[in-house]
Amino acid sequence: MKSLKRIFELYDEILSLPHKQEVARELRDEDDLFLLLIYSDMLGIPNPAFYYTLELYPYIIEKFHDWHLRMGMEKSPLEGIRCC
Amino acid sequence: MSGIWLAIFGGIIFVIGYRFYSKYLAEKIFQLDPNYVTPANRYNDGVDFVPTNKFVLWGHHFTSVAGAAPILGPAIAVYWGWLPAILWVVLGTIFAAGVHDFGTIVLSVRNKGQSVGTLANKLIGQRAKILFLFIILILVLMVNAVFAWVIANLFISNPASVLSVFIQIPLAIWIGYRVYKRQGSMLIPSLVALAVMYLAAIVASYVPALQINLVEYFGGEGATTLFGMNATSMAFFVWIIILMVYVYIASTLPVWKLLQPRDYINSHQLVVGLSILYLGLLFTSPEVTAPTTNPGADTSWFPLLFITIACGAISGFHGLVSSGTTSKQLNKETDARFVGYLGAVGEGALALISIIAVVTFFPTLSDFTATYSSFQDASATGLGNFVSGAAQLATGIGIPASVASTIVSVIVVSFAATTLDSSVRLMRYIISELGEEYKIRPLTKMHVATTVAVVSSAALTLIPEGPKGFGSGGYLLWPLFGTSNQLLAGISLLLIAIWLKRQGRNYLPAVIPMVFLMFMTLWAMADQVIFEWSGMGDADANMLLFVFGAIILVFALWIILTAISVLGKKDDQNISNE
Repeated sequence: MKSLKRIFELYDEILSLPHKQEVARELRDEDDLFLLLIYSDMLGIPNPAFYYTLELYPYIIEKFHDWHLRMGMEKSPLEGIRCC
Repeated sequence: MSGIWLAIFGGIIFVIGYRFYSKYLAEKIFQLDPNYVTPANRYNDGVDFVPTNKFVLWGHHFTSVAGAAPILGPAIAVYWGWLPAILWVVLGTIFAAGVHDFGTIVLSVRNKGQSVGTLANKLIGQRAKILFLFIILILVLMVNAVFAWVIANLFISNPASVLSVFIQIPLAIWIGYRVYKRQGSMLIPSLVALAVMYLAAIVASYVPALQINLVEYFGGEGATTLFGMNATSMAFFVWIIILMVYVYIASTLPVWKLLQPRDYINSHQLVVGLSILYLGLLFTSPEVTAPTTNPGADTSWFPLLFITIACGAISGFHGLVSSGTTSKQLNKETDARFVGYLGAVGEGALALISIIAVVTFFPTLSDFTATYSSFQDASATGLGNFVSGAAQLATGIGIPASVASTIVSVIVVSFAATTLDSSVRLMRYIISELGEEYKIRPLTKMHVATTVAVVSSAALTLIPEGPKGFGSGGYLLWPLFGTSNQLLAGISLLLIAIWLKRQGRNYLPAVIPMVFLMFMTLWAMADQVIFEWSGMGDADANMLLFVFGAIILVFALWIILTAISVLGKKDDQNISNE
């Protein structure tokens, strides 16, 4: 009985693998867009909440390096954040 | 002789191949290291690079590569008798497909999880990458045309299957929505969807009103319809147009909406199909009525056998999956043997049961030879014979023959439809990439690229004329599909060989299957292009097949020449083996 349950779990995992990946990719895309909006000043678009974005610093700093690599920037585009 | 012996023979060779040859490859050739930090662990980002359990990864790899192609090729190739087909499937699987699938995973893992296309650029040069894109373009174009023909053909010959196939679409969208938006489990809803589909198949098998039979609708076989077309031609035309409209919409939707949920249902269908066929074989123990070999064949088995069975013996498409997704999810390097080699074996097992279903279907040898009277007849009727043979095996576990043939048709059409969706999508990406490469901006737009993909595929499906008229000759493209798939496998094997050589290792396990494949492709294409399609031989000229055949011939030649020049060099620069 236990092994049958394990087989079903394994089968479920096989089916969920591409799906989980797709959900994670969509969420990452949303996060990427959010980070881009935070740095909208860099593109010349005024950010009405620029003052408060500083509060997000501890949350985004860990993801920042991967983000700028994904955005096609090999080095950190910001003087203030020297991740690489 | 009982068909079970063929399955036992194939099974034993597969076990020996896995037990000994893949072990040799893992230890002596690829020198897998259990402590090597794979890209999944090194670049773990929770999205593309995710360390995954090897059983789960094998399941995912196998369901991604298995489809309708390993069923159709063997069902045609039994024309030359069961022995050549079985030998090519089992030997091809252990010596060519196993090395190819296993090798592309290892090559990609040792190169930061990069795909075969990127590695072609890195190992051979920019021209190789462009050529690689063109080969995939031809391959997906052939896939689109052949699989559209497969679906239209099965809809016409088995109208009871239409309802279930169309019911699958809203069910898949429902599952996609439910799982994506509400984060529910997908196992139960996809099993419910499968039950609904099979219920519809059972009901439609008994209720003619639920069978969507376009030939009857247009006045029955022999009736003349618009533009002087006969009813079957018209039915082909209408089905292909419907399919192309569907595939346009399906391939432009996000994958989670339709393609992925269909894949969940198809995974169940793969399990159901393989279980029904192998159990049915066990219970019915049918006699093999096909001949061992066919000395009176009108077309020689050499070299056509090796391109008629592509998927099931070796398939270049697997390299795209191995290096595109699987290599990024490999937890330990040593898992590559289990995932890659056994993935190829799984596909071989599917091809094996396809051969067994056809060679045991006919009551007597003369029935077999009457149906498989020429290579052209074998190509045109192979798929239908598989459906009937598989249905006969299914009766062994108590499923009535009419229901079984509907369900088998539904399974084959579902595989073909998902392949069609993915390959039109892939074609769209390649057209966009070529558009960027050659600065043709309109081609980079999604709808322009999709329109080009769909219209060219529809045209290619409709142009070859078969015995049933307009649109029924899609099977004529099968050798082109086989050769373009072998070309892709040839490039991947060449890349593996180059990498092995630069590590100072024995590269013969990759070079021998590559040379074999390219030699067969060259020979087959030269023979077909010069004597069959150019009009110089006995047959009438066929410009469409001539042009595509000539392109494939040139590409195969290019791969051989590149192999000679790259593998012949003494001072190679070092290639990554971190």
